[in-house]
Parts: sequence; structure tokens; C-alpha cells
Amino acid sequence: MGDPAVAISVDELVISYGDTRAVQGVSFTAARGELTVLLGPNGAGKTSTVEHLEGYRPATSGSARVLGLDPIRDHRTLRSQVGIMLQSGGIPTAIRPRELLRQYAGFFPDPLDVDELLDRTRLTDRARTPFRRLSGGEQQRLSLALALIGRPKVLLLDEPTAGMDLDGREAVRTVLADLRAEGACILLTTHDLDEAERTADHLVVIRDGRVVADGTLAELTRRDGNDAFTFRCDDRLDVDALGTELGATVVRTGPGAFRVDSAPTPDTIAAVATHLAARGLQLDDLRTGAARLEDVFRDLTSDATVTPTTSGDTP
Amino acid sequence: MSAFASQLRTEVALASRQGEQLLVSLGIPLLVLVFFSLVDVFEVAKVDQAVDYVAPATLALAVMSTAMVSLGIGTGFERQYGVLKRLGASPLGTPRLVGAKTALVVLTEVLQFAVLITVAVLIGWRPPSTGWLPALVAAALGTLAFAGIGLLLAGTLPGLGTLAAANGLYLVLLLTGGMIVPLDKLPSAIATVAELLPAAALVEAMTGSLIAGRTVGTQAWVVLLVWAVAAPAAAIRWFRWE
Repeated sequence: MGDPAVAISVDELVISYGDTRAVQGVSFTAARGELTVLLGPNGAGKTSTVEHLEGYRPATSGSARVLGLDPIRDHRTLRSQVGIMLQSGGIPTAIRPRELLRQYAGFFPDPLDVDELLDRTRLTDRARTPFRRLSGGEQQRLSLALALIGRPKVLLLDEPTAGMDLDGREAVRTVLADLRAEGACILLTTHDLDEAERTADHLVVIRDGRVVADGTLAELTRRDGNDAFTFRCDDRLDVDALGTELGATVVRTGPGAFRVDSAPTPDTIAAVATHLAARGLQLDDLRTGAARLEDVFRDLTSDATVTPTTSGDTP
Repeated sequence: MSAFASQLRTEVALASRQGEQLLVSLGIPLLVLVFFSLVDVFEVAKVDQAVDYVAPATLALAVMSTAMVSLGIGTGFERQYGVLKRLGASPLGTPRLVGAKTALVVLTEVLQFAVLITVAVLIGWRPPSTGWLPALVAAALGTLAFAGIGLLLAGTLPGLGTLAAANGLYLVLLLTGGMIVPLDKLPSAIATVAELLPAAALVEAMTGSLIAGRTVGTQAWVVLLVWAVAAPAAAIRWFRWE
């Protein structure tokens, strides 16, 4: 492996179900001590990607490495070092939280203390309640506790906060922040923008099985009123040519979306308009001021900007 | 605690919490044993007293309920709820999971046999002591055969489908396996087919071993052996984890 900080690397991963290509060449990395969020609408290929990393789903082509190992071939070695949280299910309906955590604690050489873990995930009061009688949020927190019991180096969490109330979310954020501080690599999927904005060190936005943006929250939302502005335009735009003309960096942030790292003075905007006019390109959706992730996400995932591809139903 | 022991403890705790499982594995065989021993409905021919036939037949019924019905339904729902999938991502591993489930089946059967044999002896059952060794071999083969059928259902059907199929099969095999009604009381066409099924073969092996002066026919051993190999092989071949 190259960079020792990289705990997960995905390279041109393709996963097909019959004729449906759920994941169509996804590449990204996730580092130790960081929380990476795989963000995308339903059916974007998030779960398929994570299930490959968990060792469940074989790749059609491309590859991935978790702690330098192949998630399918080296599953036996990885299963003691990776903690997972399934999107749903996985727990017998009649089992009680303490009982379940004790069971899994028995599978690992150096598990966390069960009672302490119940406390951290705010389940102490419910330790003897059958799983089926727990609230949705409590079930999710138990599922998270189960992911943590073996002191994993890598955590793969599929929609961990779905169906959780605010208190539950707060509890999960605290737990994840502690683990990150201890150097764990956390990869979680969500379609919840607010959650992503609050927790992510690193965001990978996917849509229709492809990565459409990858960077820190600051990088993806940088459109500060004083030093940058964004606009939409046809993809034929040559960012280098425009950048040279403006004397500033111009970045393509997504399909048909661009950012100019320069103050949006009338002169600069006029220069952009002139540059586009000379090439017969349409200037659209010019924005100054700070962006919210929501705006960026909408830009990245809206149908208007991307060549339509078949969006398969992923299981 | 080792991973195997940890899994077995959970299996035991969950199984003991399910009242309907206890009913199928202990209640029904006990009811069948007591009722048909005391009320000789079918004049079970060629034995001195009804319990001489009903007791070994009930032991066969106990094996079928535990290995096929309880194991099948339990595993079917675990598969549906993703429990097996989640365990697959843990360091437990398939061999220890199968080992823990096998141990649960064996423990349950030991408990069933202890209760049923005690009650049968109280009713007046005196089986020949030389019959126990072949009877235990038959019980082991029957366990393999029925566990294979139960796991085949669990690994291919949804949870409720397994529930329905295992219970339906249980009822059919109960009626055609010689467990309540001896095979020679059935229409001959049905009896001929039934003799090729594992229930009748197990009953023949158990009664043949445990009724004084009887022996087990070769066909019963062959049928039992074939099922004991073929059913688990089919389960391994077709079992899908999710």
C-alpha cells in the first residue's frame, strides 16, 4: 500500500446485478482518523459499494482494499478488524441488548466492556428489553454498538442515523467522534445532507453509480462571498483558458458546475460573461455568497446537468 | 468465553424463550406417547402393549420435530432477518455456527429422550437393552436427514414459507411415517411411497431396534442412510445466506 493513512481505497469499482450496473466505476479513498461520508440519493450505489467492502458483494470489475487487503478474498482476516452496521436487520427479534453484545463480545479477542458500551450508546435502561420492543432509534444504536464491540480499525456504517431522533443522532455523533479521535477509519453512507454536513471530514458524493464530487466540506461548498463564486455552463467550457484570462483558478465542481476562486467583482463577472459569449456558451445560475451543502448536492445530483443514465434499483 | 460457547449460549437462550418451539419439540411427542399408549386406537398389532410400539415411534417423532421443524424454522427466520448475514461479518465463522446449531439440536434431543423415556417406562415400557445401540445410530442418521431437509427449506424459502413448509411436512410425515398410524394400516399405495421417506424409515429403525424379537429391515437402513447423506448435501448445495 502507498499512503499508510489510507485505510480504504476503491479503484474503478463496478458492481452489476444482471443487466443493471449499480456501481459504475467508483474510486475514492478513506483515511484513518477521519469520517468519510458516502453521500447520494437512494439507488445511487452506496449500499452496493459498502457491501463490497464488507465482503458480501463481489465486484464485476475494478478493486477495493480495506487495510491493504481484498475484502472478498481476505474476508477471514478482515472480519476481526472491521465493524459493520447493516442498513436493516441482522439481529434476532427476541434477543436482549446486553445478551446480544455479550454474544458478539465472545467472538473477539479483546472486546469492549459490554456495560460501558451500553452506557455510551444510551441503552443501559433497555439492556433487558427484547429487540422487537425497542424503538427504531434504539435498534439502530444497538446495531451501532454491535459494530463497535470488537474495537474495529475500520467501521462501515450503512445509513446509521436513519429513523433516529435528535438525541439518538447526538449520541451517535459523540461515539463516532471518539472513535475517530482514536484513529479509526469511519465510512458511513447517508442520503441525509444535514447529517453529512455535521459529521463529515471528507465527502464522496455519488449518483447513478458514479462519483460526482469528492472533497472536504469546505472544498465542496466553497463559494464564499469574498473570494469565490459559482456558475453553471455547458461542459465544453475550458477551465484552464478561462482561468488564464481571469488570472484565477477555475474549477469544475461537478457536471456543468464551475467555481471561480476570485472575488465576484463586476469586472470579473463581466470577464466571465465575455469569455463565454465569445465561445457561444450560455451563462447560467450565477451565484455569489456561501453555499450550503444542500445547494451543492442539488447541483450535483439534479437530472438536468448530467447525461441521463439508467438508475437501477439496488437491493 | 470461546466464540463457539458464546454462540451456543445465545442459541440455547433464544430457543428456551420460544414457547411454541417447546410445544412442538416436547408437548406433542409427549401427548402422542401418553394418549396412544393408553388408548390403543389402532390395535397396534404384534406387540404385547401399545407403548412398546408407541414409545420408539415417539422418539422418532421427537427427532423429526427438533431437527427439521425447530432447526428449520429458527434458521429460516434468522436468514430472513439478516441474522446469518450479520454473523457472517463477525469472526464466528460457518464451522462454529453450524457446530453451535448442531449442539443445540443434540442437547434438545437429549432432553426430549430423557423425558419421553422416563414417561414411557412409567407407563410400563421395558425395551430390550441390546436395542439401544442401533436405536442411537438410527437417531443420529435421522437427525442428519431431517436437519438437512429443515436447512434446505430455511436456505431457499422466506421465513414464513419455511414455517408453513416445515409444519406441513411435519404433519404429512407424522401421518405417513408410522408414528401414530402403523404403515400396514395405510392404503398400500401410500405405504409404498411412505416407506421411501425418512420418517417411516426412522420409525422402522427405532421400533425394529427397541421392540423385543424384532429386527430392522435392510430397506429402512438404506433409505435412512440415503436421506442422511442426500438431504445435508442438498442443503449445502442450495442454501443461500440472504
